[in-house]
Amino acid sequence: MLPPDLVAGCKQHRVLLAIAFLVVFPLLMPFKAIAVNILIYGLFALGFNMLFGTLGLLSFGHAALFGGGAYACGLAMLRLGLPWWAAILCAVVAGMALAASIGAFAIRTRGIYFAMVTLALAQCVYFIFYQWVSLTGGENGLRGITLTDIDLGPIHLNFVDPLTRYYVVAFWVALALIVLSRILASPFGAAMEAVRENEARARACGYDVRATRYLAFILSGGFCGLAGALQALHLSIVPIETLFYTTSGLVVMMALLGGMGTFFGPFVGAGVFLLLENLVSLWTVHWQIFVGASFIACVLFFPRGIWGTILLGRAR
Amino acid sequence: MDGLTPDLLVLQLFTGLALGAIYVLLALGMSLLFGMLTVVNFAHGAFYMLGAYAGLVLLGMGFNFWACLIIAPIIVGSLGMLCERFLIRHLYGRGIDYPLLLTFGLSYVLVELVRIFFGTSGYPVDTPDILQGASDIWIGYFPTYRLFVIGVAVVVLTALWLFLERTPYGLIIRAGARDPQIVRILGIDVARVWLVVFGIGTGLAALAGLLAAPLQGTSPEMGSTILAESFVVTVVGGMGSLVGAVVAGLLVGVVVAMTSLFAPEMAQVAIFALMAVVLLVRPQGFFGRAGLMS
Repeated sequence: MLPPDLVAGCKQHRVLLAIAFLVVFPLLMPFKAIAVNILIYGLFALGFNMLFGTLGLLSFGHAALFGGGAYACGLAMLRLGLPWWAAILCAVVAGMALAASIGAFAIRTRGIYFAMVTLALAQCVYFIFYQWVSLTGGENGLRGITLTDIDLGPIHLNFVDPLTRYYVVAFWVALALIVLSRILASPFGAAMEAVRENEARARACGYDVRATRYLAFILSGGFCGLAGALQALHLSIVPIETLFYTTSGLVVMMALLGGMGTFFGPFVGAGVFLLLENLVSLWTVHWQIFVGASFIACVLFFPRGIWGTILLGRAR
Repeated sequence: MDGLTPDLLVLQLFTGLALGAIYVLLALGMSLLFGMLTVVNFAHGAFYMLGAYAGLVLLGMGFNFWACLIIAPIIVGSLGMLCERFLIRHLYGRGIDYPLLLTFGLSYVLVELVRIFFGTSGYPVDTPDILQGASDIWIGYFPTYRLFVIGVAVVVLTALWLFLERTPYGLIIRAGARDPQIVRILGIDVARVWLVVFGIGTGLAALAGLLAAPLQGTSPEMGSTILAESFVVTVVGGMGSLVGAVVAGLLVGVVVAMTSLFAPEMAQVAIFALMAVVLLVRPQGFFGRAGLMS
């Protein structure tokens, strides 16, 4: 058993720990491309978990925020000719704007309706992007997003090199982790948890429940948009399937697998999910059946997820 | 627009009703499951797809289309009952999100199983001989098969209504939906009632899939797009309301058909625009109970 001081210290400096982990992580992974994927989906799952874990709202429309960010980043570079970092910022804004418009309708609904309405509205975004061929490339996806060299004053980085690419992505993820941790530790973070735990009491205490939810949804959109932008740069293409609701399902699975409502759970979930997918797809193309079955097992037997179960074991 | 006559509009209206009939069957099943069991079935699209494939197999075995219409929903409904018995039953009372998540995982498994046994590409399904061609419906010729789809939906609706409202078993189901605890105290095995309801709900989805198969063929993914659309129908109609499912299903079908007449590329988006409007004006849907939403 670890000494309690150390555990408390870890909790307090969770972001520093996470950044330290991000620095050594690629050295432990045989394939850097998977490491980058884990970072991107981990960030996506973190953004999703902000709504599901912290606020208790199950959204099935996060594909629109992730995919919207990816398209925004790609379009900003291809059509507007913006530099890559500006395109990433565009994606964050786009993610928040999409979240604001989906949220404007979805936030009026609750519980089970919320999942269905977010799913339906995200499908609406999918069909708009699918039909708007002149802008988005339609069925073929958005192609030709190339980023090879990054010049930061005197420093020159080669984005094609897997390790450099990893650290560039890790830089943005670390930045997002710092912001997210700040938000969760702020009074607003406490208000979100209050709304989740007891809505009536939170309202009686004077919190505007609907505004809290709306704001959380928009912030979540920002994180997911960032993850989408990184994905676009990593793949140099945005497939139209990014916007389809299976992508939303993917992130739900990752967050639940890792443990919703815990800070690191979504990252763990994304990592385990992608490693599992990679391992299983080595010997069968039907990896989805394993993914589905392990998800069912997770819902039935480990609703706290991997990280949540580990934390629970430690707390005992 | 050239050639836009009232007759054309009426014909398109019928096309919309045929499409709506399929939505109605799907949304009825979904509403039944939600109203009685508070389960949002994310695998509903997968059961829809299974219905089409069950029909495909049965047709291949030499059964005629009419037998398939009866047997395929029974097979898929039984599979649905197995899923309820061994998977979903354990989640009652553990929060409304868990059955939803479980059925989502289930849909992955079912779709992948179909891919393993039938391959990833789809199959066309022939319209039965007697239903081929078009019939004269006074204002013009209309595909007979689409008329037939509307007819089947009417028959199923009537049968379901009679079953729920006029039989002792229907009475138990309705009572179980209102207050399962009291029903249990009265000595009725509620778990078995729910099992039957799940079978009916998934069987209806299978029937919808089978009816849709001659119109659009089969593919393992055929259930995934229509799942979102049937969510829209259930939200517009009001969740858990069977009347709502019927009205909203037909309305959505007509909206799709009319939009595809004027702006085909907007047809899919129109569905969601309709839902957005309904959510703004009447968040609980046409026939939904207001309390359910807040």
